[in-house]
Amino acid sequence: MSRPMQVSRYWRHFREKYRLIGGKCENGHVHFPKRPICPVCGSREIEEVELSGKGKVLSWTLVRNPPSGFEYYKPYPLALIELEEGPIVLAQLTDVDPEEIDFGMEVEVVTKKIREFEEDGIILYGYKFRPPVK
Amino acid sequence: MRKAVIIGAGMTPVGEHWKLALRDLAVEAVLNAMDDAGIDKVDSLYVGNMISGPFVEQENLGSLIADWAGLGNIPAVKIEAACASGGAAVQEGVKAVLSGLEDVVAVVGVEKMTDAWPNDATRYLAYAADAEWELFHGASFVALNALVMRYYMKTYGYTEEDLALFAVNAHTNGAKNPYAMFKRPIKLETVLKSPYIADPLKLFDASPVCDGAAAVIITTPEKAKELGVPKEKWVEVAGMGRAIDTINLANREDLLTLKAAKVAAERAYKMAGVEPKDIDFFEIHDAFTIMAALSLEALGVAKKGEGAKLAREGQIAIDADYPIQTMGGLKARGHPVGATGVYQTVEAVLQLRGEAPNQVPDAEVGLTQNIGGTGSNITVTVLRRV
Repeated sequence: MSRPMQVSRYWRHFREKYRLIGGKCENGHVHFPKRPICPVCGSREIEEVELSGKGKVLSWTLVRNPPSGFEYYKPYPLALIELEEGPIVLAQLTDVDPEEIDFGMEVEVVTKKIREFEEDGIILYGYKFRPPVK
Repeated sequence: MRKAVIIGAGMTPVGEHWKLALRDLAVEAVLNAMDDAGIDKVDSLYVGNMISGPFVEQENLGSLIADWAGLGNIPAVKIEAACASGGAAVQEGVKAVLSGLEDVVAVVGVEKMTDAWPNDATRYLAYAADAEWELFHGASFVALNALVMRYYMKTYGYTEEDLALFAVNAHTNGAKNPYAMFKRPIKLETVLKSPYIADPLKLFDASPVCDGAAAVIITTPEKAKELGVPKEKWVEVAGMGRAIDTINLANREDLLTLKAAKVAAERAYKMAGVEPKDIDFFEIHDAFTIMAALSLEALGVAKKGEGAKLAREGQIAIDADYPIQTMGGLKARGHPVGATGVYQTVEAVLQLRGEAPNQVPDAEVGLTQNIGGTGSNITVTVLRRV
């Protein structure tokens, strides 16, 4: 398993992972995560855009045999979520009964713990999605 | 332009080789291929391998294998393209021959996966995904394929049973392959009753973690003649193509199109001057049953959304119109990831020489398709009987 001393590696993406910051090119194409070159038109004029975090479940699965490091959380639902701005995001679903997950189910972003490394290791946080809290 | 022919092929059985190391497997396959061609030296070696570093703490496979196979001070490198490493290594070998820089090239694909704990193996395989945006969130490779599978079933109205038919076909064919990991046929219920590993994907929708190595020797027809290799052994590499797609599944333009396979296939068909209907058998990348369905569509064998229909209509069996996985495919032969593309090539060579245990009658043209990532790096190669 990978070693835990990788603070800078995870820290460099904290804005995307905490605030769901993506990219929007000069021609209005929105993507996530932010890239140096627009995947649609090739423009290099990209500005940051904070996505709303509202979306719908496109597809989902229940991870029963996780990669090492995620054993503690199994089984956990993982989904492709189509955000209202267009981009699709892969994330875990949380605060939901797996039986209730369905195509098109509305979800919203929430910051949660993703994973904890053993002993002296760092704790990783990031986005997950849950049914909207009313 | 020069032509490339495969004049030797060799492999080890696929399985859990507790007593053998990565180097043992690779050396055995290389020597088998050289013996098959009847040669004792090569100009260079290309090693297809995906994850030897994490699995067995060994990189620099070019040196390791050429050294231990006694190949002398030749150039030797590892080629990595995730699970398509084997297919990519074969194509790099062919390119070396076609370029005229090298005359006789050995290509070996090898992977040693059973020296790791299962959850670590799951993690290493997910290195082919996007580390920051997929593995970070706990995505296993199986999970990513499960997401595609569920979306495919929903979009086109297929059931788990429809996809399970690909597994049944693979095991039916693998039962006759002495080199296959699973040499027994299975029933549809066996697949359907197997446990979910990432719903709706079940254990029997997936290929196994295993060890193995396969190798081929590539040269030109002129050199093959000079070396005295009988013509019955020659198989021409008639066409090849390779392409990538977004590494992150979520960034795909269309989740249900293997765009990389489509582009790679178009190039391979064009170079070989063939169409899908001219192909006598297909060794496709069925690491998961869903990938078999999508591959048939991307290769132009089935229309979009109709890949699974071919299995339902019985068109993928050895004696049907589009035989696939004639030696068991990844599902039953086994999927030692970086070696798989070379296994496919060896199996295609055996079919085209008429030496396959599960012979496709009068096979003249075969196709291999090797997928890396969740469809992010794909090779397609067309082989033809000389």
